[in-house]
Amino acid sequence: MATKASRSAARLMMAPAVILLLGWMLVPLTLTLIFSFKKFLPLRGDSIDSGWDWFTFFPSLEWVGFDNYARFLSSSAFWPSVITTLVIVGGVLLITVVFGILLAILLDQPMWGQGVVRILVIAPFFVMPTVSALVWKNMFMDPVNGLFAHLWRFFGAEPVSWLSEASLQSIVMIVSWQWLPFATLILLTAIQSLDGEQLEAAEMDGAPPLKRFWFITLPHLSRAITIVVLIQTIFLLSIFAEIFVTTGGAFGTRTLTYLIFQRVLESQNVGLGSAGGVYAIILANIVAIFLMRIVGKNLDR
Amino acid sequence: MARAVTPQRKIANTAIAWAIGFLIFFPILWTILTSFKTEAQAIASPPIFLNFDWTLENYAIVQERSDYMRFLWNSVIIAGGSTVLGIIIAVPAAWSMAFVPSKRTKDILLWMLSTKMLPAVGVLYPIYLLCIQLGVLDNRAALVVILMLINLPIIVWMLYTYFREIPVDILEAARMDGASLKEELLYILTPMAVPGIASTLLLNFILAWNEAFWTLNLTAVDAAPLTAFIASYSSPEGLFFAKLSAASTMAIAPILILGWFSQKQLVRGLTFGAVK
Repeated sequence: MATKASRSAARLMMAPAVILLLGWMLVPLTLTLIFSFKKFLPLRGDSIDSGWDWFTFFPSLEWVGFDNYARFLSSSAFWPSVITTLVIVGGVLLITVVFGILLAILLDQPMWGQGVVRILVIAPFFVMPTVSALVWKNMFMDPVNGLFAHLWRFFGAEPVSWLSEASLQSIVMIVSWQWLPFATLILLTAIQSLDGEQLEAAEMDGAPPLKRFWFITLPHLSRAITIVVLIQTIFLLSIFAEIFVTTGGAFGTRTLTYLIFQRVLESQNVGLGSAGGVYAIILANIVAIFLMRIVGKNLDR
Repeated sequence: MARAVTPQRKIANTAIAWAIGFLIFFPILWTILTSFKTEAQAIASPPIFLNFDWTLENYAIVQERSDYMRFLWNSVIIAGGSTVLGIIIAVPAAWSMAFVPSKRTKDILLWMLSTKMLPAVGVLYPIYLLCIQLGVLDNRAALVVILMLINLPIIVWMLYTYFREIPVDILEAARMDGASLKEELLYILTPMAVPGIASTLLLNFILAWNEAFWTLNLTAVDAAPLTAFIASYSSPEGLFFAKLSAASTMAIAPILILGWFSQKQLVRGLTFGAVK
């Protein structure tokens, strides 16, 4: 159907986007890969300012083989950061998916003012991460003046210093608040495509609500749930602002992303941080492969 | 799909849903309310909900003290610039993939998506270093380009899913009638593509506005947008709740309003068309 001319025109039209993204992917990735095999401490005099260095794999930097990779893995901060990452990602996923399903089912019921409720529920997604982190940190979790402290005192309990005593839970809670709207919205969209007659038939046959949910609604949602889990995982693996603003990585809230950020920009150990970056890229790719498979299948339809 | 339910059931649904909606929205509401209090009222114990002396002084102070307009302007330029630039680059690409698909189209689309999965922290230092070398650290133009590249895959994907819904028959009929490529683009495709482009524009503007990794790490003063402005309140001097609330309200209000218009596109855009 397409003529030869339109084909080459098509290729030309695609070129800018493809070339830009290829450059965006390859150039920094190559640099990270090179740095990860080098000793590179800009604060201790390692520098690469001469222009030619860029094209000769930075001969002025000492090649250290897999040292950085080994040291990143054996550093005392590595495993705690992996566990912190898993707890945050896992905790947020569990909360957002479970409550997302419940909320989606609730919002699908007949009621007055559905549109308004939907707007209220979705709102947190549009709040800038630095704002939500700061608002939660100060106005809710502050041990003296926060709303939680008032509430605790009202019930005669000792106010909790949330971000230091229950730091991980607090961050999971903040991030869940931000991502619950996303899960709810997608699951609601999926639920609305569910055939109502099937549910009604099951109801007529006397299937109790829990059974109807388990055997009809949940299977119908499985694909949407998978997508929510995968997309959120990609974003959650790299949450940054929420930790940067609240604890700065202290009190056991240093995720893998934050650890790499500290290595690279705070302590300026670029080689070590780059090796960590390569690990993070591999980790994200494992998740990405599953997501791409689902999205790819959808393209064939 | 209206199911018949008893009025009692509907009342119960309404009550529960409104209660939960209110609870989820509460932190935002509380921030907005607090922004109109005096500092003393903001930390009063027990907390005051509505019967305080409404005041606008916090807004005035924040504007005066922090040059709020400059941060706002940076946000507008960075989010707007990156989105418009991304659309200009993505429209031809998405158009050709939707209407002149080849065997490799699917692979290219999936590959573009995969660049979006690259964790930013993995390439933080190279980008930081390149910015220093090119003298564009803390530079708005650099952030426009970087955020454009970050959102380009989503922009291409969204446009692609919209363009694919345009019936090809119309295009073929036009071709039969001897319409040139230019005419085809100008008179047939553009009018049908405008709603999709507008939705894409809206969602990506929101995403760029709220982006808080590159904007925090690559800006200092000159190019700092609202994300960085708010982060500066995390220092102890920021423990003025009313002023923090006023600053926060100003930072999120425009996007909250835009966001409510983009609910539908949000699902399509962020699931790459996998859920519609």
